Amino acid sequence: MSYLELRNVTKVFTGGMFRKTTTVAVDNFSLEVDVESPFIRALVGESGSGKTTIALMMLGFITPTRGEMLYKGRNFQKLPRKERQIFRREVQAIFQDPFGVYNPFYKVDHVFDVPIAKMHLARSTAERQALKEEVLRAVGLRPEETLGRYPHQLSGGQRQRITIARALLMRPKFIIADEPVSMVDASLRATILESLIRLNRELRIPILYITHDLTTAYHLCDNIIILYLGSIVESGNVEHVIKNPKHPYTQLLVGSIPWPDPSRRWGEGQVPIVVDREASGTDNQCKFAPRCPFVMPICRESRPPLFQLNNDRSVACYLYKDKPVAESSSYLF
Amino acid sequence: MNQSTNQSLSQRDHLLLKIEELKVFYHTDEGTVKAVDGINIGLAMGERLGLVGESGCGKSTVAMAIMGLIKPPGRIEGGKILLEDVDLTRLSEWEMRMFRLNRISLIPQGAMNSLNPVSRVKDQIIDGIKAHNQQLSESELNSRVYELLESVGLRRDVARMYPHELSGGMKQRVCVAIAISLHPQVIIADEPTSALDVVVQREVMETIGRLQQELNVSIILLGHDMGLMAQFVDRLAVMYAGKLAEIGSVKDLFAQPLHPYTQLLIASLPTLGKRGVFKGIPGLTPSLVNVPPGCLFHPRCPRAMDICSLEVPALKEVDGRQVACHLYNSEVLI
Amino acid sequence: MKRKLIAAKRYIRRNPSLGVGIVLLLAVLLFCGIGRIFVPASRAYPLSVPASRPVSRELPLGSDRQGRDILAVMIVGTPLTLRIGLIAGAIGTLIGTMLGFISAYYRGFLDTVIRSTVDVLLTIPSLMVLILVAVSLRQSMTVNGMALVVSILAWVWPTRTIRAQVLSMRESGYIRVAQLSGMSGIEIILKEMIPNLLPYLGASFVGAVASAILASIGIEALGLGPMEAPTLGMTIYWVLYYAALLHGMWWWWAPPIIVIVIVFVGLFLLSAGLDELANPRVRRVV
Repeated sequence: MSYLELRNVTKVFTGGMFRKTTTVAVDNFSLEVDVESPFIRALVGESGSGKTTIALMMLGFITPTRGEMLYKGRNFQKLPRKERQIFRREVQAIFQDPFGVYNPFYKVDHVFDVPIAKMHLARSTAERQALKEEVLRAVGLRPEETLGRYPHQLSGGQRQRITIARALLMRPKFIIADEPVSMVDASLRATILESLIRLNRELRIPILYITHDLTTAYHLCDNIIILYLGSIVESGNVEHVIKNPKHPYTQLLVGSIPWPDPSRRWGEGQVPIVVDREASGTDNQCKFAPRCPFVMPICRESRPPLFQLNNDRSVACYLYKDKPVAESSSYLF
Repeated sequence: MNQSTNQSLSQRDHLLLKIEELKVFYHTDEGTVKAVDGINIGLAMGERLGLVGESGCGKSTVAMAIMGLIKPPGRIEGGKILLEDVDLTRLSEWEMRMFRLNRISLIPQGAMNSLNPVSRVKDQIIDGIKAHNQQLSESELNSRVYELLESVGLRRDVARMYPHELSGGMKQRVCVAIAISLHPQVIIADEPTSALDVVVQREVMETIGRLQQELNVSIILLGHDMGLMAQFVDRLAVMYAGKLAEIGSVKDLFAQPLHPYTQLLIASLPTLGKRGVFKGIPGLTPSLVNVPPGCLFHPRCPRAMDICSLEVPALKEVDGRQVACHLYNSEVLI
Repeated sequence: MKRKLIAAKRYIRRNPSLGVGIVLLLAVLLFCGIGRIFVPASRAYPLSVPASRPVSRELPLGSDRQGRDILAVMIVGTPLTLRIGLIAGAIGTLIGTMLGFISAYYRGFLDTVIRSTVDVLLTIPSLMVLILVAVSLRQSMTVNGMALVVSILAWVWPTRTIRAQVLSMRESGYIRVAQLSGMSGIEIILKEMIPNLLPYLGASFVGAVASAILASIGIEALGLGPMEAPTLGMTIYWVLYYAALLHGMWWWWAPPIIVIVIVFVGLFLLSAGLDELANPRVRRVV
């Protein structure tokens, strides 16, 4: 039994007053988290890929339209209150906006004091102070420079590291990091990512790193899942996927990364971009078909399943239809 | 690639835009913030210049100063901005308006969010054109709109749409269309792709690049993504805490960065080479109110010397580019 | 403490509306307060001084047709009108805040009910409703009664505006984090949202006070107010009743109008100043 699982989850958003529009944000997605083997896995996708919806579903803030979110084997919606409280403690999140997560009315201590109080993590003021200082040091911050200040008095990098410290406070079993460095200056990103790596290595906490930035995913994670319009298109070991992408969308992503090397131009030897991006395709065709330079007739007839290329690589593309279909489309950590 | 990049500075005298000793200070209640403190930059015709630095380094302020959009408590304290011998800092608001969009245009940061949500794309483009040229007839304006949309790779029917019906990349391309609508000589793009995904970013930047070549426009690209700079610009200026650290051709800067800050900036980029090898720059950017003496980077500099905490290094020409660092003061390259 | 005062003074210089508004209202209050020491309250009622006298040394603002000392009327009546505004404004803002928060935070069925009710009530001319109520209570109308009547509809606009604010706040990162930390809905409303909304609630309150005063003056001027009380609105009523304008008794109709104008300008500027304070971009600097 896995610790946390999204099982064949689909999320459809309906909107609009008169003309109901439906958006399929997540489409038959599965993911299993096993806390015994704490890898760092990346969930990579552009905006509109559904990655934030997946994060919110894993945190229990959004209920799936179809499929289930299971915590320790039980459906999250049916969890008794006690279990939910444990869930709230053990599953933590780090969000994208290093400013928005702070209530501007309070000093930054507030983000520590609230969970300490609500979850009874300390029995006295002294214990509380010691706890705060401990977690701040663990992320490389000095308590005297950070506690007692207001959010606007600290830099983006410091604020983001404080959010990580806060997550640490609760000794979580699993952390979801949703674009933790995309709004932080390039030079500060490394230190923040280093804190995450340390969390994973020293405290053995599995981390789901959600991002659109392949390069940071490359450096941080061991395994990677590429998401396109709510479905998995490729997954596997991060070195292999990025050095040798198999799915045309992954190739497009890798080719669009601006190399910090003036002599190596964009998209050298990569797939040319087909700019037409009309519909995402109807229900019964590959979602990437309208943009795919390798599109074949079969791609427009049905959705490609995930084909298992080898031990750790699977691709949802008919280019590989000779390979066996992956038996379960859920990925263990 | 432009020939001017390989010339040394003394040969670059046919410059379209010359910024000389520009100083922009903000007079706040907490003190005077020296946002830009003595910048010298030249831009040739048809050249792509990158202005790179972390947040708070002053690059947006430079863009605003060029456009004449500095508002109190900010003020241009000194220096000149010469566009073909006209000093923009000396112009009145009315005169400056003649220049905006017509000769210099700006794609501001988060431009796609600054599109009017209750106005159609077509009308927003036309507004800019009409502000400068009342003569054009409606059909002429319409055909100009279609022309512009096509040139940025958008379909004609986008003209009738409202901003919320467009994706982020499309909105940004509308902003580019507005910026080129009057064939300006200079376009300043302030982080035009910061909110966009990497695939869309490439499309938008390629669109901007293609237009730059077709119209022979000069572009100043502001940003903090060195990767983007490497792919797009001819020359690169690195700013730190309101001053220039290094400026030179992008090839030179990446091949052999001289200023320690440039070196660290490049090293802080994760690349798809060896895994786990990218490091940040320790410490914080200095307060621009109580400016410490000496080089503003010295507290974080791995190669700081004693003189660095005493004297501000001047911008000197070294090896075909300009660096402001005491390491290169005595003509002896380390 | 001292540093906060200095920061406050510097802020007021940047936000002149707030400063001027406060000054105007303080001036009115001081006028009434100091006036009470020198002028006996009884002179604000009929038959206390010779009637219809113009300005003189004994009667600095003259007297009206029923023998009231106009200066006393101003000194006694203005606080009465302000009191009506304050009570009605407070009740309105309190109810509006509660309904606005419940509606926006919990959404769902409750939100639909509250929102539709508010939208419908906003289309009904409130003065008409209040007039109907006042007419039926005519005999027993007192100053406090006036306040309660006006507060019947004072909560409608605050509900709507506060709901809008909470709706946008709800999606903030820090609310998510609070939920992640295990805070309940009520706790989040009280501890996370309300502190950030204080300036906005203040502006809302001031707006409610202003419209309450306006409504009360309107009803009183029609003769539906507390007849014995020398409120500003009742004074207007008597001015109209006795055609003071035609009779050239400027000392009678000018003072209430001037005071009303000052109070409204003061309230308006105060509200505008608080609105600016509520803008997060400004707040952060202070």
